[in-house]
Parts: sequence; structure tokens; C-alpha cells
Amino acid sequence: MSIPSGPLAALKAAAESFVADYHARKTTLPGDSRIRAEAAALVAAQGLPGPREEAWRYTALRPFAEAQFQPARRAEPSAALLARLPAIAGTRLVFVDGRFHSELSGVPRGYRVTTGGPAFGTIARPADEKLVALNTMLAEDGAAIHVPANTDAGTVILASLGTGQSVGFHPRHHIVLEAGATLTLIDLAIGDGEYLNNPVLTFEIAEGATVTHLRLQDEGAGAFHLSTVYAEVGRAGTYDSFALTLGARLARMEVHARLAGEKAAAHLNAAQLLGDTPFGGGQHADFTTVVRHDAPNTASRQTVKNVLTGRSRGVFQGKIEVARIAQKTDGYQMNQALLLSPHAEMDSKPQLEIYADDVKCSHGATVGALDADQLFYLRTRGVPEAEARAILVRAFLSEALDPIAHEEARAAMEAAISAWWERRT
Amino acid sequence: MLEIKGLKAGIDGKMILNGIDLVIPQGEIHAIMGPNGSGKSTLAYALSGREGYDDIEGTATFAGHDLLAMEPEERAAVGVFLAFQYPVELPGVNNANFLRTALNAQRRARGEAELDAVQFLKLARTEAKRLAMPDDMLKRNVNVGFSGGEKKRNEVLQMAVLRPKLAILDETDSGLDIDALKIVADGVNALRGPDFSALVITHYQRLLDHIVPDRVHILAAGRIVKSGGPELAHALEARGYASMVPEAA
Repeated sequence: MSIPSGPLAALKAAAESFVADYHARKTTLPGDSRIRAEAAALVAAQGLPGPREEAWRYTALRPFAEAQFQPARRAEPSAALLARLPAIAGTRLVFVDGRFHSELSGVPRGYRVTTGGPAFGTIARPADEKLVALNTMLAEDGAAIHVPANTDAGTVILASLGTGQSVGFHPRHHIVLEAGATLTLIDLAIGDGEYLNNPVLTFEIAEGATVTHLRLQDEGAGAFHLSTVYAEVGRAGTYDSFALTLGARLARMEVHARLAGEKAAAHLNAAQLLGDTPFGGGQHADFTTVVRHDAPNTASRQTVKNVLTGRSRGVFQGKIEVARIAQKTDGYQMNQALLLSPHAEMDSKPQLEIYADDVKCSHGATVGALDADQLFYLRTRGVPEAEARAILVRAFLSEALDPIAHEEARAAMEAAISAWWERRT
Repeated sequence: MLEIKGLKAGIDGKMILNGIDLVIPQGEIHAIMGPNGSGKSTLAYALSGREGYDDIEGTATFAGHDLLAMEPEERAAVGVFLAFQYPVELPGVNNANFLRTALNAQRRARGEAELDAVQFLKLARTEAKRLAMPDDMLKRNVNVGFSGGEKKRNEVLQMAVLRPKLAILDETDSGLDIDALKIVADGVNALRGPDFSALVITHYQRLLDHIVPDRVHILAAGRIVKSGGPELAHALEARGYASMVPEAA
């Protein structure tokens, strides 16, 4: 018998440890035990995503596999951590180490929120996405948000606070908007130290309904943030999202948007601002999207910006699938990276799979440094170099940030970017 | 007073400026004329601190400051302003915010109080109006989508708001029609006074009909080969550079 070593063995061992945790606790885990058992069988059979899979070519989970995570217990956030929650008007749903914290949360009006167990929904695909299988196997809590037809649910702040106890949590949220409903979901993942946050969010967006999903990932420096979002958008519905990645040692945001009804639209904008970690080496963040156009006259827009310092590495994988029926599809994808260090790296993989013949799809990618002429121009006007660089970085991000119509959320994003910039310089 | 002594500069091993000697007394406007490639823009860039020049020799002092030892923003704070021949576009940077950031950075460096948004906008709107610029130019991104003439006017607007003590205008007349030229010239003339000096770099005498210089210098092959009064520009226009520039230069 040989002693296991190397990345594959580490991934296998980590998967086995998660499965063992499931078996030890399965009788006490809440929610549908059959869904959970099926997911456990998948994890046991397939393990965790490995370097030989096309979708995981640029993101190695080895550092995650080598870390050890305990099951999360009820925890209280520090005052400092709570203070990092931006002041945004709306109903707060606060999860601490993955568990709903009712004292820190508000009461919704005009729509329904259920917590206390995982909100599995029906559109996630544990058989296709291994981290979703892991989430399904171990999910303990989450919010089920149900917005009735033609109801404006206003702003809901879904906040995840990680207290950094080397715990792992797998929140499972499900959001349903009936026809004509609207919701702005401010999705915050904030924390200190080392932990695993592996959330899955599913959105069912019915005819004419609109979800604005604004995400700020500012997890602890030693944290792993692995999230998967599914959005199913009906006729003339909109899933409008922006995701800002600042934190975590290793992060992957995966978004699957399916435009299922005619004139459905999805915006998947993102910004990743990365630098060195306190552990040597740089942060790694991966923004992976799959947009499936499954009906005629559907539109998708993706503007993804990366600002990379130190030894950080950014990944963008964007896939646009256009079904045969989806004529007059309008798909646009742009990925741009600003490399502020010779040691930073950007990997960009656009993929178009088009089976309809009357579509408009475009994609582009650029990688570059700050423009020396622009820097000089600002400095001749008296702007000190550091400030000039900050202005140009903010300008680079503007195409992704400026479309955020929610003023308080945009201000919170701007403030988080400024704080990030201060830390880096 | 600007005093340049024996200024040399090269790029990629090729010398562009071969020993410039020039004095602009306080309150005077001097013009530099010269054929393409004579070093006019390099002189402007060297005085404002652009990187990338090597073999810099000589000195350039302004109001007692050793310009060549200072960062571009430090030069700006002591009153040096460069109006670019090709103003740079800054997508994603609002023109008014840009100008306010610049003005306040300079004021901060000089130990003066910063202007708040209201004070600043009042100032910027007044100056924009004087330059016949539509108000929306302040709201747009810096130079993005501006016509050639609008870009040049935007340079003069910045100058009017920043109130430099030494303005270097690098072919500000290029690409301007006669009406825009007059507006730009009026903007420069409005700043004329005992505390304002300017170095007006131009290819043509036309601009100097509107900004009448105290002295005119002719630059060729990185040296000043002839200096004179405003009449020198007219002589140059009539007879061409060939008559003024020694073959050996």
C-alpha cells in the first residue's frame, strides 16, 4: 500500500473527511435527508473538483484541501466584525459562521423569509457541480425568500459573518420572485481569519420579475470563499448582478444564469481586486460564469474587471451558450485586467457555444498596466503619484461600478475599494 | 523668473536638446518657434518632469526652485503648468472631479485651504463660461469624446482654474479654427500680469498675433539659434525657417 501524496490525494482525503463528518452528524442535520444522502453519495463517488477538470484548470483547490475545517458552532461576531457591515437601509438577514442570527436580523414585511434549515430549492445541480454536492450534503441553514407577485420587497441585506474559528459552513439560500416582483439583495460575505464559506444561492425569477444581486466578498485573509449561484430567469425577467471580490485567500464565484423565457436578461458584472496574502504568495480569485440563452430575444452582459497587485492571480471563465431556439440573442462579455505588479497573473477564458444562426455575441479581453501618459497628465496637474494611481484604478473599475443604481450599495462598494487600496499602498 | 542653463536631454540614446539657455523674466511671455523635430515638445516635457528622458544635463530654476530635481506634481504646486499638445483622455474620470482634485492637491501642497464642492463649481463654471465652453464639459469624462478644439479649450480651462505662475503651452494652437484660437488666446491674455509668465511653443506666427510675446526664440536642432522681439515671428513667417536656421546646426 502506498502512502497518498500530491494534489489528487489531498483532494481525496479532504472529500473523505467531509463525508465522514456528514455520516457522524447526518441524523441531526435539518431538512430533506434524502436530498442530502444523494449529495453525500455524489461527494463520496466524485470527490472535490480537481486540476484535470476543464472548469477547474486555472483554480487549484489544493490549499483548501490541505486545510482542516471543523463543523461550525453557534458563534457571536466581535464588535469589530459587526462594524464592518455597511450601513444600508433594508431588512437584514445575518448569518454568523453560516447560522442564522435572529437578534442581529430584522423582520421582513410583505414577503416571506424562512430560516433554520437549508433552503434547497429545485434548480441547483449537485450532480454537475461538486461543490454544490458538498454544500447540499452539509448545509445547515439558509434563507428561503419568497416575494409574491407584483410585490416590491425593497432591499434585503443577506450578510454572512465569518468569525474565523477554522470552521466550515455551507449556507443554502433560495429566493423566489413571483411574476412582476422586485428585490434588491445585498449579499455580503465578511469575516476574519481562516474558515470555509461554501454558499449556494438559487434564484427563481418569474415573468417580469427583477432581482438586483449586489455582492461584496471581503472574507478573512485566510478564508476560502467558494460560492455558486443559479439564476433561472423567466420571460422579460432580469437577473442584474454585480460582485466585488476583495477578500479570502482562495475564492471562486461561479454563476449559472439561464435565460429561460423570451426577453429575459442577465447582467453579470464583477470586479476582483487582489494582492498578497499574509501567508506568502498572493490571493487567487476566480469568477466563472455560464450564461445559457434558452429563449429568443434574450440578452446577457458581462463586464469583469480585475486589479491585480503583488503575486495575486485572477481568473475569469465566461461561457455563453446559445440554444438553437434562442434567435436574436444578444450576448456581450468583456474581461479586463490591470496588472500593477510584474508577478501578478490573469487567466481569461471566454467560451461561446452558439447553436442559433441569428445572434449577436461578442467577447473581448485586455490585460495591461496603468497608462504612463495618463499618470503623467494627472501629476502635471498637481495630483501626487499615489493619488493619481488610485484615481486611474477607480476609473478602470467605473464601467462595472457605475451601473449600480442602488446608491447606498454603490457607496459601500466604493468605500470597500478605497479601504482595500489604502491597505495595499 | 525661469532660468534655463545648458539644458540637454536625450531619448533612447539620441540627443534632442543640445544646450538650451533661456531666461524668462517674471511677468513676460516668450514664444519658442521651430521646425518639426527641433526639440520644442521635449523642452516642454523636460520642464514639466516627464519620465523617459536620459542624459539630462544643465539646470532649470523657477522662482528659486530647482525644477529638474522635483516630481511633476511638485512642479505643479510651485506654479508650473503644461498645456499639452495632445491632451490625454481619462475615461472614467469626471472632468469637474479631476479639476477639483488637482486644484485641492496643489492648495494642500502649498498649505492653503481646500475648496469645497460648491466653491469649486462656482469658480469652474465662471471660467468655463469665459471660455465659451458648454457647462456639460465639466460633467463629461476628461477629454473623452472631445473634439480637438474642445480638448485645447479644456487645457486652457484647467489653466484658468489652477492659476499657474508659469504656463508652458505646447502647440496649443494646433487643430484650432480661428474662433477657438481667439478664445484660447483671450484665456491666456486674461492671466497676463506681473505674476504670470508663459512659454508659448508654436509652429506658426498666427497664435502670436493674439498672444503677443515679449520675446521670440527660434529653436533648431535642440538649441536656440536666434532671439528677438515679436517682429522675429513675422520675419520667420515671411522667409521661412531655412533662412534662420544655420545649415550646420
